[in-house]
Amino acid sequence: MSAPAMGTSKTAHTDSSHKKKKGPGTLAIAYLVIYNVVMTAGWLVIAVGLVRAYLARGSYHGLYYSIEKPLKFFQTGALLEILHCAVGIVPSSVVLTGFQVMSRVFLTWAVTHSVREVQSEDSVLLFVVAWTVTEIIRYSFYTFSLLNHLPYLIKWASFLNIHRYTFFIVLYPMGVAGELLTIYAALPYVQKTGLYSITLPNKYNFSFDYHSFLILVMVSYIPLFPQLYFHMMRQRKKVLGHMEEYSKVE
Amino acid sequence: MNKRVTTQTWEGTKLKTQRRWTNKTDNMDTLALEATQPKKAQNGALVLLPGPPIPAKRKPAKKTKKAVVFFEVEILDAKTKDKLCFLDKVEPNATIGEIKSMFHKSHPQWYPARQSIRLDPKGKSLKDEDVLQHLPVGTTATFYFRDLGAQISWVTVFLTEYAGPLLIYLMFYFRVPFIYVPKYDFTTSKHWVVHLACMCHSFHYVKRLLETLFVHRFSHGTMPLRNIFKNCTYYWGFAAWMAYYINHPLYTPPTYGEQQIRLALTVFLFCQIGNFSIHIALRNLRPPGSKTRKIPYPTKNPFTWIFLLVSCPNYTYELGSWLGFTLMTQCLPVAAFTLVGFIQMTVWAKGKHRSYLKEFRDYPTLRSPILPFIL
Repeated sequence: MSAPAMGTSKTAHTDSSHKKKKGPGTLAIAYLVIYNVVMTAGWLVIAVGLVRAYLARGSYHGLYYSIEKPLKFFQTGALLEILHCAVGIVPSSVVLTGFQVMSRVFLTWAVTHSVREVQSEDSVLLFVVAWTVTEIIRYSFYTFSLLNHLPYLIKWASFLNIHRYTFFIVLYPMGVAGELLTIYAALPYVQKTGLYSITLPNKYNFSFDYHSFLILVMVSYIPLFPQLYFHMMRQRKKVLGHMEEYSKVE
Repeated sequence: MNKRVTTQTWEGTKLKTQRRWTNKTDNMDTLALEATQPKKAQNGALVLLPGPPIPAKRKPAKKTKKAVVFFEVEILDAKTKDKLCFLDKVEPNATIGEIKSMFHKSHPQWYPARQSIRLDPKGKSLKDEDVLQHLPVGTTATFYFRDLGAQISWVTVFLTEYAGPLLIYLMFYFRVPFIYVPKYDFTTSKHWVVHLACMCHSFHYVKRLLETLFVHRFSHGTMPLRNIFKNCTYYWGFAAWMAYYINHPLYTPPTYGEQQIRLALTVFLFCQIGNFSIHIALRNLRPPGSKTRKIPYPTKNPFTWIFLLVSCPNYTYELGSWLGFTLMTQCLPVAAFTLVGFIQMTVWAKGKHRSYLKEFRDYPTLRSPILPFIL
């Protein structure tokens, strides 16, 4: 889903205490900085690609094709974040991060890539834009957080953090809408072609109906979306509360 | 911990000295010692406390009566540290179980099974059998309470979670309406392996139900209520998923036909007997009503000889049974169920193995948790 990764929001001034706990070493920090810089750059490339394509064509239609490759590359690259949690250099839950990343990867490959007919849908643009803005803010924030020993960068980190938690109020529903509409658009084609489906009889006595599975996925948004949304709202209140104190201390 | 009082206990002689600071001195059996009059001490007890003498009434020492020092017990909420309950005149040999009953009287919504009583708010739960005077507490014992939530008995959970698969599978076997295409309602499969599978599956769960009622001796009475929903979803869900395919009109029998089925049945039966043997052996380790723990050893029954190599052979045999069933039905959902069960049982076996090692110094070193030499 288009929500920024949940883990711990590494607000700048609490980061040093986090480091003392499990402490990723300097090598890990250097690697993470590079990772986050690369990801920021990647999503910027996607953003620029979208703008340029829009200006060139003069319409919103079919912009997916202009950024298809970097989108696939950088969204899939996010799988590394699961590894980061598993190894312990990022203090987030493996399960939570895994779930978030897998849902993005699922939408990128198992829906948008696999069902060619939906690629020209406007709903695709909806979630791509939501993801792009979210990820640029998220990755640049993490970069600045990691480099937080540079005092003036803390301001930037806070700036980004505020915007991250504020923008998501619009971006998140936007992304979810785009995702749901895209899956919905894919349904008839999946049913017609029997994509990724296994029917009986077969020697392993197993069947799988991808069409029904997609419907199940759509239904699962109902309990999950509000939970994630309100979690982010709560985080936001916390973070904005801290920001106020911080600016007062100054 | 109450800092006013020092307690000393010597094992064996069980000498104890406490000084009670109390206004409730109507109790005949209070032993009061003053630092100024050590000769007053009974039972050869030592005077330990500094501090001002007690203003309490001093009864003339009754030599014939054994001095019983009653405890005071206060129970605080582990999270909020609120005082929930104060019990006075608690017998020193009272068990935690009895204290829980007393606590239950003042807070009827917290029946003993859902109380977790600990010495430290973040510490381990004390056992029901623990005796008050043997705990590292002063005469005013402070315990912390945590609500474990609504509890349900293990027996209830087991019966429910096993009855489900038994009945659900049979519903699919008899092709009850609304599962398959209507023309197949109430028909039976033409493959004899499907009938065999139904018998094996049903036998397995009947065995489990009977074992729950007559064989197993549970160390815990209850588990959290939410477990029944979790467990039933798992068992019932998987049973339905497996049964759907095995009893499907389009079911495909095993590739290697009769040979495969015969081998699978042998493995299945062997492991069922094995599993049962282990359950009986474990039961015999523990006298009725007790919660003792002993190292299990091989008995005359050859099926228990696996104890030489494995700590939890009941799980080993269970895995074997389901591998047999997978082979018999050649059904992917059955394989999935076997795999998930194996992962869970391995986790349990490793835990049990670790606690055996911790509890028994002389635990056989050749044993692995669940798979000989491997896992």
